[in-house]
Amino acid sequence: MSVNTSSHTERRIVFLIIFLAVMVPLIFPIGWGSEVSPIARMSYDLIDETPAGKYGLISFDYEASTITELQPMAVAQIEHAWSKGQKIIATALWPQGPQMAEASFAEAKRNPAYADKEYGVDYVNLGYKVGGIVTLQAMGSSIRDVYPKDSSGKNWDDLPMLKGIRTLKDLAWVSSLSSGVPGLKEWVMIAHDVHNVPVTGGTTAVSAPGFLPYVNDQKQLHGLLGGLKAASEYEMLIDKKGPATTKMDAQSVAHIVILLLITLGNITAFRRKRAKANLTGGQNA
Amino acid sequence: MPDLMNTIGIWLAAFFTFCIFSFLYRDNPFYKLAEQIFVGLSAGYGLIYVVYSTMVPNLFAKLSQDFSGNLILLIPFALGLMMLTRIYPKTQWISRYPISIVIGTSAAISVMRSLKTDLLLQVGATIINPFQGSTASEISGNLLVIIGTLCGVYFFYFSKKQEGLAKIPSKIGVYFLMVSFGATFGYTVMARISLLIGRLEFLRKDWLHIIN
Repeated sequence: MSVNTSSHTERRIVFLIIFLAVMVPLIFPIGWGSEVSPIARMSYDLIDETPAGKYGLISFDYEASTITELQPMAVAQIEHAWSKGQKIIATALWPQGPQMAEASFAEAKRNPAYADKEYGVDYVNLGYKVGGIVTLQAMGSSIRDVYPKDSSGKNWDDLPMLKGIRTLKDLAWVSSLSSGVPGLKEWVMIAHDVHNVPVTGGTTAVSAPGFLPYVNDQKQLHGLLGGLKAASEYEMLIDKKGPATTKMDAQSVAHIVILLLITLGNITAFRRKRAKANLTGGQNA
Repeated sequence: MPDLMNTIGIWLAAFFTFCIFSFLYRDNPFYKLAEQIFVGLSAGYGLIYVVYSTMVPNLFAKLSQDFSGNLILLIPFALGLMMLTRIYPKTQWISRYPISIVIGTSAAISVMRSLKTDLLLQVGATIINPFQGSTASEISGNLLVIIGTLCGVYFFYFSKKQEGLAKIPSKIGVYFLMVSFGATFGYTVMARISLLIGRLEFLRKDWLHIIN
């Protein structure tokens, strides 16, 4: 009983320390810098090297629970593509995706440089479709057949920017911001591996290690943004001090605190083990 | 009115955030309330969204506008009705037919695609000239990919007992796997802290309006 109580108390102290480690830097930012990783730069380069007037597709394959990590990526990619004169098509394989897309476009338009971007001319939100990989397979034949209307009910033919679009092959790049299945993996399977359309994407940090093998010589993925850190890297690349950048101080401090706690826990466990061994040795003697 | 609704929404979100956080102290009725409301709302939202965004435009609207021109839609309509027979134990066997069609179709598409994406192209990505890189770090990275893949796969070769010299690549494979698990754990910690940051940012900015 006493061990349990002590363990519970220790856990609560750890929770409190982590809470403070996150909250204090949010209120009093430190301004620590961060380096851009090669795979985040690959993702940036794909959009950066695409000529003006081309079409990019961002698939919003996440919901509200992961907006902290994925929304900053969406906003940064939208601003980057607009800054290069590209047009953006938003789709979603998750039901809340269209709302995420709407919020991201609204956030990007708050930047005065993009306030004049017009719906139907510079961007469209086609909305959610059920079906995952089957939907993507159908988009390979005709995007119009899958999305005869946009998320607000407007007909495909009434959206001027979609006139040049028929299939996935008409896209210059695809980016899936994904927090699970269906998501980035399905886009790699269909858009890249079948139709040879360059695919990049962003995932929550939990999913990122599973996608790293796709960033390979075969270019199954053109770079990857994994978690809040990669979102802040993308913001650095487009020279923006956005929401991901401001949260990185809290992330870094929390990581240092966790490292210290792991070290402290190991030292304590080691000392206890040694004390127990000494006690057993003494009793045997 | 929208402002009032927005304010109520923010206060509700703050209340439920604290309900969930209260689990860190111990399990309690507030946590259970928030958990169950979340599950119920998610299921309800998902159902209604699919009905209005998929079934109405793709099936009901088309059938009601031009029935004879959309006769083929009666097939998914019938399959959908067959799914509903699960409600009664005596008729639930009928639902096995639409389920088998869904599983068969999905499996067929996924197997074909996975074979290319997860096997052929992944193997292709490992067949590289390790010395093609221009810098020492690129060359060592290429070597690590080749050695790590071969040793990692060899660890899962169970047809012969791994002993003596045959044990060495298996041991190296284990180290590569451990590094991979470590990286996954690190990323998981990062993700969880990000979620906490998101909630605290909401409380600080949207609820308390403490803005720097």
